[in-house]
This record gives sequence, structure tokens and C-alpha cells, in this order.
Amino acid sequence: MAQKIRVVIAKPGLDGHDRGAKIVARALRDAGMEVIYTGLHQTPEQIVETAVQEDADAVGISILSGAHMTLVPRIIEGLKQERGDDVLVVVGGTIPTDDADELKRLGVSAVFTPGAPTSEIVEFLREHVSVS
Amino acid sequence: MATTEDPTHLDSTGKWRRETYDSTPERTDELFTTISGLENEPLYTPDNVAFDYGRDLGYPGLFPYTRGVYPTMYRGQLWTMRQFAGFGTAEETNARFRYLLEHGQTGLSTAFDMPTLMGHDSDAPRSCGEVGREGVAIDSLDDMEMLFAGIPLDRVSTSMTINSPAAMLLAFYVCVGENQLVSRDRLRGTIQTDILKEYIAQKEFIFPPEPSMRLVIDMIEFCAAEMPLWHPVSISGYHIREAGSTAAQELAFTLADGFAYVEACIDRGLDVDEFAPRLSFFFNAHLDFFEEIAKYRAARRIWARELRERYGATNPRSWLMRFHTQTAGVSLTAQQPEVNIVRTALEALAAVLGGTQSLHTNSFDEALALPTENAVRLALRTQQVIAHETGVVNTIDPLGGSYHVEELTNKLEAEAYRYFDRIRELGGVVAAIKENFFQREIADASFRYQSEVERRQRVIVGVNRYELAEEQPVEILKIDPALEQKQIERVRALRARRDTAAVEAALAQLQREAATEDRNLMRSIIEASKAYVTIGEMCDALREVWGVWRETPVF
Repeated sequence: MAQKIRVVIAKPGLDGHDRGAKIVARALRDAGMEVIYTGLHQTPEQIVETAVQEDADAVGISILSGAHMTLVPRIIEGLKQERGDDVLVVVGGTIPTDDADELKRLGVSAVFTPGAPTSEIVEFLREHVSVS
Repeated sequence: MATTEDPTHLDSTGKWRRETYDSTPERTDELFTTISGLENEPLYTPDNVAFDYGRDLGYPGLFPYTRGVYPTMYRGQLWTMRQFAGFGTAEETNARFRYLLEHGQTGLSTAFDMPTLMGHDSDAPRSCGEVGREGVAIDSLDDMEMLFAGIPLDRVSTSMTINSPAAMLLAFYVCVGENQLVSRDRLRGTIQTDILKEYIAQKEFIFPPEPSMRLVIDMIEFCAAEMPLWHPVSISGYHIREAGSTAAQELAFTLADGFAYVEACIDRGLDVDEFAPRLSFFFNAHLDFFEEIAKYRAARRIWARELRERYGATNPRSWLMRFHTQTAGVSLTAQQPEVNIVRTALEALAAVLGGTQSLHTNSFDEALALPTENAVRLALRTQQVIAHETGVVNTIDPLGGSYHVEELTNKLEAEAYRYFDRIRELGGVVAAIKENFFQREIADASFRYQSEVERRQRVIVGVNRYELAEEQPVEILKIDPALEQKQIERVRALRARRDTAAVEAALAQLQREAATEDRNLMRSIIEASKAYVTIGEMCDALREVWGVWRETPVF
């Protein structure tokens, strides 16, 4: 039997907009993935720690506070230090196109903006995650 | 006219349905239920709708206020056009405020940044990257003075969207008023302060529910005594809806929160007629046009009835539900963002037909970033078109008596009462929060809706139908990252120049009073504000006494 994909859904920063995070978490779970949701108000360091502890294949960062250019790079850096290029990182939220391009340059695999169907996110993870 | 007493009606609608309607097939590609999942009949007539005009509708300005809270409604005065604004430091937002006032806006509405909402100063490590991003950064009275520079507080009404640290922001506003020689009894406006919906939906909480409720009641008590023109709480369904609830949940949970505040004030020993007239509400305007209109009408009727009958209010002003409305941010799409202008216009129209007292229309670019000035002006112009060009303001509650709207109003009301019973069985709002009741209900509803969208049973133009292969780029507002550093330097400079002994004394007093049950904290918070104690310092002092709240997330 194939290994289940393990995904950490993470809410960095101070904003409480968790509708998207919860919908995505549930959709991934319904698609047969193992989902760990960090809950709100996490620091980048806490998220990296969770991803390491949970041996995550992917981290989905949900952020709608406008702080993505500060917080996401810190998570990517932390993950690289702890896990090399082992963890796939995707981001969801209100991310302007220019910022999305920059985040991808820094190592984010995909950015999903409001309106993105969960099926697209499920598919993306299935295609791009290499289950260890 | 249909009445509940009419025994003579024949089921001609049923006959019509069987013999005429059912012979042609319906479309099956999209749902005919409301966005919230309520069933819609193809047709409403006197046969399938029952209401008693006098009991259920009545007249504008009279109990039960279904048709509107004021006798003249928009023929007397239009709603307040109030665009929520705030970004960067107080200086940038002050400029935006003046811009909006110059373009015909009639009230101010302040958006604070995340660190302010969460009670952290701009130079706190948790604030890194968030200063001035989602709203204006306010650390102390010093910033508040700059925010309202050149804006005479006796001539504007100001709304402030802040909850956990609401008491501090109210104190700052009172102090700015004093500096301008405007006494607190002349200040007009609203501060959100609705902490219950933070635990339920918006999740910007600091302290556990019990001390948070105490702070809310302290503010209500203080305003009842000293700020007769101020609304100390804006009981908010907006965020409940944005978190993914249905219209019925928004209605029910918001009213349940309202009743919880009323009960807490009565427990404090306040007379209901002392404070109830200053409670106000804040609802969402989503896309399901008639459902939204029905929601506002049901809300007014329920509030009036419960305040009069359950809580014994005798002053008619206590029965009135006045509310602000904002169009649904959650309905905006990043795809083909110009289409959001149309969505917002329709939502705003529903709010007006539902009798709102004030309105914020979202800007079309807000699924991407904070709005540009042009986008904000267009959103304001949308309201002005509704007010001045469409004629919908000429007649009060123009949809009153519509079979469909009356039926939906009844249905939403019945749904709300079912939720009130469940919340009561769980032991009240705070107990239900601790059991994750609301959070679970909302998560389920939001997932159901998303699933309908993904199955294309709900069409979202530009998202799951009529997509464009190549999206046109739109101009968006960039917040200068240097503003964060500027604000950090401001708050550090303030700390260096203020009287440290006064700061320490004020914080010690605040902690002493917070540790006892019987002191209203507003006075010591105002004293601390005058000593230029920051929000972060005051909140940290209270965190030490009260602890912090952490939720167990459900999805």
C-alpha cells in the first residue's frame, strides 16, 4: 500500500483568518492524506518544528495578513536547515502576483490565491510530493 | 392579505404546481437553494406564506421594527457611508481619512494592523512583518494623536474595529478628544469590542473569555455613565459569516452574543434600559440577495421581541437594532477582479433594502491586497449611485409584503430560535465556545459550500465558469516596508522621552485592579494612556494577571 502523504497546514503570523486553512485541511484529509493543522498564531520557528516532528512531506502555509514576504522566507530557511530540500512548501492566501513570483524563486512550489479549488491543491500535492 | 387566521384559503398554488409548473422540467445544473442551503419554492403566494401584518411587520419606527428602525428611514437621512481604512503608520492613515472626507464620506472607520489587534507593540518580535500591513499601527496615545490630527472629533463619528484591546483604544480616543477640548460626552462613534465573536470566528483573542467579558462590561458601564453618544459594542456577525457560516448562523450566533452581553450587564447590576440603547450591530452583506434582506429584517424583529419580552426593557430605544453592514470580503475573487465591483454593488443594494444604518463597500482589488485610492473611491461611488440614482431610497422597506421575502424572514427567524435553544442547552455562549460548538458548525457550513462550488453546483463567475486563460494584471497598493521601521523608531523614541516612573505606577495600578473583581478598569486604562503607556505594555501587564487564551482547532 502506498504511504499516505503527510501535510502540515500552518497559520503563521497574527491574523485569525482560518476559513481557507480549515477547508484545505479537510479537503486533503478527505483525499486520503494525513493532515496536521497547527492552529493559529504560529511563529515560523514553531512551524518548522512541527514539520520536523511530524515528519511532513509537505507544508501548506495559509497567510492573509500581508506579512508573507517576512514570514514565509523564514519558514523556508528553517526547513532547509532542518530537512534540506525534502519538504514541499505551498502557500495560500491574498498574495499579489509579484510576491508570488518572488516566493517561488525562494523555494515555494506553488501559490494558491482566493478562489483556487481544493481539487487543484490536492492534485498538485499528489503530483509533486515524493513520499519518503 | 395572508394571515395565520385565514382558514378559507385553497391550495391553488399546489394545484398550479402539479398541473402547470411540473410539466416543464427544471434546470438541474445549479442548486436552487439559498447560498446558505435553505430551500426555495419556485413560487410564494398567499397559500404558502403566512404572516400577521400587525404582529410580524408593523410600521417603520415601531415595534417590532421589521420594516425599519426609524419612521422616515432613508427619506429622513441616508445611511452613513463609512469606508474602513487604515494602513502604514498613523500619518498615512490620517491622509487617507482626509481624502475620504473630502470625497463625501460621512463617517470614519479605522482598521488597525494585526499587532495592534493582538496587543503587541510594533517593536515586539511577534510583530515582525505585520506592522501597518492590514491596518494602521497604533502603539500609544502618541500615534492616536497623529491619526486624528486636523480632524475635529466633535464633527465626525468614528468607528474603530478593535476587540481584545478595545478598552485601550477607547481610552486613547477619549484622550485625543480632551486634547481637542471635546469632552467625552460629545464623542460620537462605535468601537467593536465584541470579544465573543473573536472566539467564535475571527480569532483575534488575547485573554480567556471570562476576563475578556469583564473588560467588555467595564466599557459598557463606563459609556453608559460618561459617553452617552458612543456605542461601546458592535455585536458582529460579519466575521462569523466571513469565517464561512451560513446566513442563519450569522443571524443566530450574533444575536446569541448580543443576549450574552445583555445578561452579563444585568448580572453586573445595570438596568437594561441604561445600556441597551447604545448596543449596535454589524452584519455581512453576502450575494444571496433575498436571503440577506430577510436576515436583516428577522434580526430586527428578534432583537426587539427578546429585549422587550425576555429582558424587560421598557425604553423603545432599547428594542431598536441599529446596524452597520459591510459587503462580503469572502465573496471577492482574485480572478477577474473587476467583476467584484458588480458583486459588491449587489451586496450593497441588499444591505440598503434591508435597512442598514451605515455601510462599507469593499474595493474590487481586496482579494489581492489592501485597496488603492482609486478602488476605494469606486466602492464609495457605488453607494452613492444606490443612494442617489436608483430610487430605492424613496420608499421604506420596499420588499416588505413580498411573499418570498416574508417567508424567508420567517424561516431565518425560526432557524435562529433553533440555534438559541441549542446554545442554551450547552450552557450559554461561553460554554459553547469552550466546546467548539460554533467553530464546528461554521467549519461544516464553509466546507459544504466549498464542496458545492467545486462540484459546480454553485457558479462563481470567473472562477469555476467563464474563466479567462490569461488574467489582466491590476494595479495594487504596495505598503512600503520602510513604514515598519519608521513605526518601530517612533515607539522607541516615545519610550525614551516619556516619564518612566509614571508609566510604571500606571501599570502597577492596572495590574492591582485587574486582580480584583470589583473595579471598573476604564479609569486606570485612561490614566495609563495619559502617561503614554503602550498597548503592548498594558496587554502584557494584563496577560500576567489573567493568562492567555489558546483554542483547540477543529476542522
